Amino acid sequence: MKGIIATIILLTGSVVTAFLLPHLKTPIILALSYGLAALGISVLMRAGQVSFGHAMYVCLAAYSVAFIAKAYPGIDGLVLIVCGVAISTIAGAIIGIFVSKYREIFFGMLNLAISMVLFAVIGKYYNITGGSDGMMISRPSFIGFELERDGFETLLLITTTVSILLVTYFIERFFNSPAGKFLCAIKTNETRLEYIGVSARFVFWKGYVISSSLCGLAGAIFALVQGLVTPEMGYWLKSGELVFISLLGGVAHSFGAIIGAMAFEFLKMYAAILMTDYWHMILGSTLILIIYFAPGGISGWLKNKKYI
Amino acid sequence: MNSGILTLALLDGVSYAGMLFIVSLGLTFIFGVTNILNVAHGSLYACGGYATASIGLWLMGNDGGIINSIFSIIAGTLLVGVIVGLILEYLLRFFEKKPPILQLIITFAFFMILEDVQRLIWGTSPYFVSTIVGEMGNVEVLGVFYTNYQLIVLPGAAVIIYFILNWFLKHSLLGKKIVAVTHNKEVAVGMGVDAKKIKKITFIIGGLLGAFGGALASPTTSMVPGISADIIVLSFAVVATAGLGQVTGALIAALIIGIFRSLSIYLYPELEVVIPYVIMGTVLLFKPQGLFTVEKARRI
Repeated sequence: MKGIIATIILLTGSVVTAFLLPHLKTPIILALSYGLAALGISVLMRAGQVSFGHAMYVCLAAYSVAFIAKAYPGIDGLVLIVCGVAISTIAGAIIGIFVSKYREIFFGMLNLAISMVLFAVIGKYYNITGGSDGMMISRPSFIGFELERDGFETLLLITTTVSILLVTYFIERFFNSPAGKFLCAIKTNETRLEYIGVSARFVFWKGYVISSSLCGLAGAIFALVQGLVTPEMGYWLKSGELVFISLLGGVAHSFGAIIGAMAFEFLKMYAAILMTDYWHMILGSTLILIIYFAPGGISGWLKNKKYI
Repeated sequence: MNSGILTLALLDGVSYAGMLFIVSLGLTFIFGVTNILNVAHGSLYACGGYATASIGLWLMGNDGGIINSIFSIIAGTLLVGVIVGLILEYLLRFFEKKPPILQLIITFAFFMILEDVQRLIWGTSPYFVSTIVGEMGNVEVLGVFYTNYQLIVLPGAAVIIYFILNWFLKHSLLGKKIVAVTHNKEVAVGMGVDAKKIKKITFIIGGLLGAFGGALASPTTSMVPGISADIIVLSFAVVATAGLGQVTGALIAALIIGIFRSLSIYLYPELEVVIPYVIMGTVLLFKPQGLFTVEKARRI
C-alpha cells in the first residue's frame, strides 16, 4: 500500500511541476511513458529474464497509431491509444509463443534479433513507412475535444497519469496473485514450478504479453506527444535504455520503474545539454555502477529502508 | 537469374562467411569457456576495423604497398584485441558471482561506452582503406572477375584459424588447460591450473579474433558508426544457429548464413537484413540448442 501512496505522491508532484513549469510538460509526459515501458521490462525481470528488444513494441504501437491516424483522419486520440496497445499486445502474444520457450541469454538475444528485423524492415520500406524520416501524426481530437497543443498535452498528461495509477495498482495485484508468484518462481526455481503442475512456459508467456502491452501503451502515448514516429524508437539502444531504467528503478515495486524513468529522463535532458557526445558513455558507466553498488535499484533501496 | 550473378553471389557469400566465422568464433570461444555472452564483441570488430584503417592511412598516405597493408592488419588486431580484451576481463572480474544475464548487461554497458569511445576517436565519417584489395589484383572465376583478396585471403584466413584453433585446443598444453577449465573449473584448479590466467587468455584470444575479423573486413567494408550492433547480432545468429560453444558448427553456420545473405542481396535486396534471423529462427524452432550441440538435459 505504501508503494501505491508513493506512486500517487510522485505523480501528483509531476503534474504540479508540469503546471508550474509549462516547458517541462512534454518531458514529463515522455518520462512517464518511458516509465510504463520500463514497467513492462520489470515484469520480465521479476522472472529473472531481460529482453534486449522490447523497444520494438514501443515502436510497433507508435507506428500503428501513425498508420491508423493517417488512414482515418478525425479519429479520436484515445481510440488511437487503444488501437496501439491492442496491436502491440497481439504482436506480443504471437512472438511470445515463440520466445517464451527460451531463457536468459537466448531470450534476450532473440528479442534483440526480432527488434533488429523490425527496425530494418521499417527503414527499408520507405515508400510506406517514410524510412528513417519517419511519419508525422497530425494532432487528433482527444475524448471528443478539439484542442490546441497546450490543452492537448494537459489532457494527455492526465490520461497518462491515470493510466499509470491504474497500471501500478493492477500490476501490484498481479504480482501478489498466484500467476504473479509463479512468474517470480521462474527466477528462483523453474523446475519446482513444473513439479507442482504449472506450465512455466504459459506463465512466462502471460508475463511477456503483459510486458508487450505496457510497452505498447508507452509507445502510443509517445507517438501522440511527439507527433512524429521514427524507426529509432525501435532501435536496440532504446531497448537498452529501457533495461537501464528498470535496473535503476529496481523491480521491488512498480513504483521503481516510474521513478527510474523520471530520474533517467531528467539526467538525459541535462546530460544532453552539457555533454552530448558522452551520453552513452555516461549511461554505460552508470549501469555498471548500479549493478555493482545497488543491484536492487531505487525501489529495492526504499524497500530495505521500509519506506515502501 | 544468369550463372554470372549466381557465381558472384556464391563468391561474395563465401568471403563474407570467412569474416563472419572469425568474428563468431571469438564470441563462441569466450562463451564456451566463461559462459559469458560478450555483447561488446561487436565493438571489438568495429575497433579492429577502425584501427586497421587508420594505421593503414597513417603508414601509407597515398602510395600504398602490400606490406604496409598486412602490417596494419596485424597491428590493428593486436592493439585492439589485447587491450580491449584485457579491459573487459578486468571489468568482469568484479561481477563473477552475478548471474549470467547481469554479466551480459555489464558487457552491454561496456559496449555502450565503447560506442562513444569510437565516435570520439574516429568521428562519424566512414573509414575505408582498400589499397590491399587493389594491390592483390583480380582473377577470373567461371567468367566472373573477382578480387584475389576476397577470393583467397578472407576464406583462407578463416580456414587457417579454424585449424590452428582446433590444434591449439586439442594438442597444446595451454589449449588443454582451457578445455579442462571449461569442463570442470574446480577440478582443474585442484590439479594446479591457474583459472584466472586461463580466463585472461580466453578474453585475449576472443578479443583478437573479433578484432581480426574487423581488420580483415576493413578493406572491403567501410567502417561506420552502428556497425558494431549489426555485427554482434549477426554473429550471435551464427553462434546460436550452430549451438553456443561449437567451433566446427560455427564454420558451417557462417557458411550457410553468409551464402544465403549474399544470395538475397542479389535477388531480393529488401530481405538482406532479415535472412540471418530467419535462418536462426527456423533452426531454433526445431533444435532449440542449435544445429550442432549434443543434446543436453532440458533446463526446465
